[in-house]
Amino acid sequence: MSVYMLRRLLQAVAVVFAMSLIVFVGVYAIGDPVEILISPDADQIERERAIAALGLDLPLWEQYFVFLSKALQGDLGRSFVFNEPALRLILQRMPATLELAFGATIMALVIGLPLGLYAGLRPDSPVSRTIMAGSILGFSLPTFWVGLMLIMVFAVQLGWLPSTGRGPTREFLGMQWSFLTWDGLRHLLLPAINLSLFKISLVIRLTRAGVRETILMDFVKFARAKGLSPNRVIFVHVFKNILIPVVTVVGLELGSTIAFSVVTESVFAWPGMGKLIIDSINVLDRPVIVAYLMIIVMMFIIINLVVDLTYSVLDPRVRLEAKGT
Amino acid sequence: MSDLALDRAAAVPSVAQERVETPFRRFVAEFAESKLALLGLGVFVVIALTAIFAPWLAPQNPYDLGQLDIMDGRMEPGTVGGAGFTFWLGTDDQGRDMLSGIMYGLRISLSVGAGSALIACFIGASLGLLAAYAGGRTDSLIMRLVDLQLSFPAILAALMILAFLGKGILNVVIALVLVEWAYYARTVRGTALVERRREYIEAAHCLALPTRRILFRHLLPNCMPPLIVVATMQVARAIALEATLSFLGLGVPITEPSLGLLIANGYEYMLSGKYWISFYPGIALLITIVSINLVGDQLRDVLNPRLRK
Repeated sequence: MSVYMLRRLLQAVAVVFAMSLIVFVGVYAIGDPVEILISPDADQIERERAIAALGLDLPLWEQYFVFLSKALQGDLGRSFVFNEPALRLILQRMPATLELAFGATIMALVIGLPLGLYAGLRPDSPVSRTIMAGSILGFSLPTFWVGLMLIMVFAVQLGWLPSTGRGPTREFLGMQWSFLTWDGLRHLLLPAINLSLFKISLVIRLTRAGVRETILMDFVKFARAKGLSPNRVIFVHVFKNILIPVVTVVGLELGSTIAFSVVTESVFAWPGMGKLIIDSINVLDRPVIVAYLMIIVMMFIIINLVVDLTYSVLDPRVRLEAKGT
Repeated sequence: MSDLALDRAAAVPSVAQERVETPFRRFVAEFAESKLALLGLGVFVVIALTAIFAPWLAPQNPYDLGQLDIMDGRMEPGTVGGAGFTFWLGTDDQGRDMLSGIMYGLRISLSVGAGSALIACFIGASLGLLAAYAGGRTDSLIMRLVDLQLSFPAILAALMILAFLGKGILNVVIALVLVEWAYYARTVRGTALVERRREYIEAAHCLALPTRRILFRHLLPNCMPPLIVVATMQVARAIALEATLSFLGLGVPITEPSLGLLIANGYEYMLSGKYWISFYPGIALLITIVSINLVGDQLRDVLNPRLRK
């Protein structure tokens, strides 16, 4: 067990280093950092001094080690645009993105579970067919376009909700959150729905499949035979069992929700990490791009690591297989 | 049953002609069982033809600035413009006919989507076959790469690649290929691992055929069904991803607008109620993706041996 864990940890560390190398080479070697970092008005002497100050005259592998040792100390460079440490910029915007991602996840469960449950219990009714057709649409619809349509209908034509931006925030646990104010919630609603669209479809499909499978099980038949009320059978016995895979998948999806919020944040001008990275790419603010990529890569590696380790605890076959190869 | 026929056809090419005919006809008949899938196929064919023949079908060449009149800008759908023809879907801010813009945009979206899917299919399938056939270290190396690739969401990986490479159609295709090859590799490896233990591969070995021939002429044809399904779905995914990237301003250049870029152009006019600039390209995108997905769904049902009774 501990051998497997150790090996998996080492693997994760190796992936982090590999990714840091790829990001470094991608950002610093493919483009010419001199041209971007130094003002075009600078004369030759100023240029050379700046190159030396930034360490750009060193061989590439030495530059990488400088980058790496600074990165390990949490120094991922300063943004050219904001003239602030890139890491701080991103961390400042993280609550907005997390808020959006969690909002979308909750929305997916609140909307997806009941619909999936209904579709699973009455698979042949016209309502269920509509739900399932709707879920196909949820997979096919391009997120950014749906976002635009939501703005058009609910903000421009009906005028019910604000079109873009984040509402007023309030401090909680040392960070700024907008879900604590009414107006903040109103701002959050449309982006969260937009981001949750894909996940609603996913939850509907998972729940429906789970219900149809579970309902045939012996323990459900037994519960019915015992004379329990149909509601109790469905909401306690069946529901508990379908919740496990649904929650697992939705939890796993959290990472990709944060990645996908890039799109939703751009549509709704939501001031999160995703909007920051798109703006940074457009103005070539390289330190911010590097910092964002490193943070998000770390996040994914940690999520994958936690999932793998949890599975190995729950399912011994994984460990044995790893030992075999 | 048809699997068996295909196996034989692959092993004995001389009699392939008449034997392949029957499974193919059965396949067509099974596919046609779903009216929805037929509809999807029909719609997709119409869309593809529209894209191919756009220069002859479109009322206007949206890239030719000489044909555009800024006075026709932001016209509502159905208004008659200065040049004398009706803008059925309205115009954008530069007086470009949206219908023509969509037809030309479809060309870019479809070619980028299908092109990247084909290249990714070739690379992914080759690596998948190699992994299954070679086994051992080669296999685990390739599959590690696949796992690594699949553990990151496509949008993020594509974003990363485009942040390095910059805008441009070619760069978008490269990004899409790098994001998608892993799906093909995993699919083909899975099927090939089963197929390579069959007798016809053993027979090919005994005939001392070269490895490349065994891989591509014997093993690959028998891994085709799942590959076709994945390829169909991936074309739809690639089109959607390209549209998203273009919408974010990281995809195709402004001179060759795909559907995603057309939608992005309409974004700022949305808030003032001029919905059509974003709305209709989005509908075109949606219809394209849904029609491909409908076809893919039915293909999966027909080609999946587990579902076949």
